[in-house]
Amino acid sequence: MSFHFSGNSVSLNNVYIESVGTTAGLLEYQGPLGTYFDKYYLDHYHGNSSYEQAEIEMLSDAIFACLNKAKLKKDDIDLYFGGDLNNQLTACYYHACHLNKPFIGLYSACATMGLALANASILLENQNINKAMACTVSHNATAERQFRYPIEYGIQRKNTSTFTATGGCAVCLSSQKNKVRISSVTLGKVVDMNQYDANDMGRAMAPAAFDTYKQHMKDLNIDGTYYDLILTGDLSNYGKSIMEKLLKDDHQKYNQYNDCGCLLYNKDQNVYQGGSGPVCSALVSFGYIYKLMLEGKYKRVLILTTGALLNPVMTNQKLSIPCVCHGYALEVSE
Amino acid sequence: MDDKKYDKIADELRPKKQVLKNTIYAFLFGGVIGAIGQFFLDLYQNIFSLSEKDAGPIMIITLVLIAAILTGLGIYDRLGNIAGAGTFIPITGFSNAMTSCALEAKSEGLVTGIGANIFKLGGAVITFGIVASFVLGGLRYVFSFFW
Amino acid sequence: MNYIMSFLFCGFVCVIAQLIYEYTKLTPGHITCTFVVIGAFLDLFHFYDTLVKIFHAGALLPITSFGHSLMHGAMHMTEEYGVFGLAMGMFDLTAAGISSAILFAFFVAIIFKPRS
Repeated sequence: MSFHFSGNSVSLNNVYIESVGTTAGLLEYQGPLGTYFDKYYLDHYHGNSSYEQAEIEMLSDAIFACLNKAKLKKDDIDLYFGGDLNNQLTACYYHACHLNKPFIGLYSACATMGLALANASILLENQNINKAMACTVSHNATAERQFRYPIEYGIQRKNTSTFTATGGCAVCLSSQKNKVRISSVTLGKVVDMNQYDANDMGRAMAPAAFDTYKQHMKDLNIDGTYYDLILTGDLSNYGKSIMEKLLKDDHQKYNQYNDCGCLLYNKDQNVYQGGSGPVCSALVSFGYIYKLMLEGKYKRVLILTTGALLNPVMTNQKLSIPCVCHGYALEVSE
Repeated sequence: MDDKKYDKIADELRPKKQVLKNTIYAFLFGGVIGAIGQFFLDLYQNIFSLSEKDAGPIMIITLVLIAAILTGLGIYDRLGNIAGAGTFIPITGFSNAMTSCALEAKSEGLVTGIGANIFKLGGAVITFGIVASFVLGGLRYVFSFFW
Repeated sequence: MNYIMSFLFCGFVCVIAQLIYEYTKLTPGHITCTFVVIGAFLDLFHFYDTLVKIFHAGALLPITSFGHSLMHGAMHMTEEYGVFGLAMGMFDLTAAGISSAILFAFFVAIIFKPRS
């Protein structure tokens, strides 16, 4: 069986979600969705000697939880797909040596989960493989070290900043029929709207989200009302308001639109504009929305994971921030 | 959609900055640090019977120590988030920059971690101070020959 | 009285820096570097010494005084050693600040662990 891309999207008939594993940091657990996650940690180290090693453990626990729920062993998965924010995809590869199967590392900043799911889905649809796992992890402290400033540095963050979520998420996909399936994926184009402010990711990423949204609707010949809910990954409050304006100005119709970065935390948690990081969209989509779909609350949800593909060196060289948005649609199978 | 049009849309929706509140906090925190410094200056002048010129460096050392400890305890970054310039302008900000970099790199050992990273943020200030002093001092030295 | 002068001046310098931070894209690193250079410049004609006489600790604390100390030490040594005095004297007055910053940063890093 083979299929073609329609524009930048692929419609899928053979990809089902078998199980999901989610792990979360303390702040995420204390948020409104805390009880939906499989495991949480009381601090950023949870017994490890460094933040990086704690991040590896969060991914390991998420994969373990996911395999356990599906009653699978790690060898049962044909291919693992995933990524994180660290250079050299540290958290993923340093755990992958325990998996005994190939690990395809992918990077799309905060859109990594979308990219991983898209790649896994395409190979599953073509029946090249039977079971795949898409996973991601992020840690607030390692992201701050990589992209911004030391954790203890007394800098006053700008009010457009977002807060990198801490946690891990693993999704097991297979061609075996299950209640929720991935019905389509849209791979995003890299979009650069000449945004230079590394403290304002929402503003930089919103055009990419809008571009992928339109591409998805065009490729599948539908409009936003096809979905009960449309979520962007981590545009957060400011980016979400921009996306709403872009959709409105373009006369786009939809039932409900929200952003994972706005859903992950309470208003009184000190997260500025909201959550970000690859695990932000993953925790909300698979920790929470997926469970609501299993209960029948939503039938069709489109998730547009957004990523800012910046490099601190290039930002210092005064180059603008390229962004991308990879989308995937979840549907309850009839 | 072109960049300029997008910028216009985004600028209109930008969250409001709290400039007045931040500036007042900067003033208050900066001023309090100034007052604390004055306290130590007077203290050392009285205890050790030093002139102000000699007590100055000891006051600086005291404040650097306080800032380093507050950084280690995880308090300084919370103060800095409220105070903004009130904490990064005084010498305490320099101490915090050095300590936080060293603390962050601790997991990589003494030499390749702490040693290699301690000047990551503080180095710029020292570099520019020295270069500026050299250039300006040199200019003044040269001009001193003419009058 | 000294306390009030110190409070006002240190607060005032912080306000200027805060306004620059709010209205431009400059980071604290940029702003402190600029202020160090300004501090060095203000000591060109010994103007900063006057500020220290009036505001005491308030003028000694901001990062501008670091530039002033570097400049002061450099210029002082040129009287004795000529142009080489610039390099020889630069750290005379700032030795305390820099040495203690390195020392305490090192020991705090050894003793403490970064928090969330």
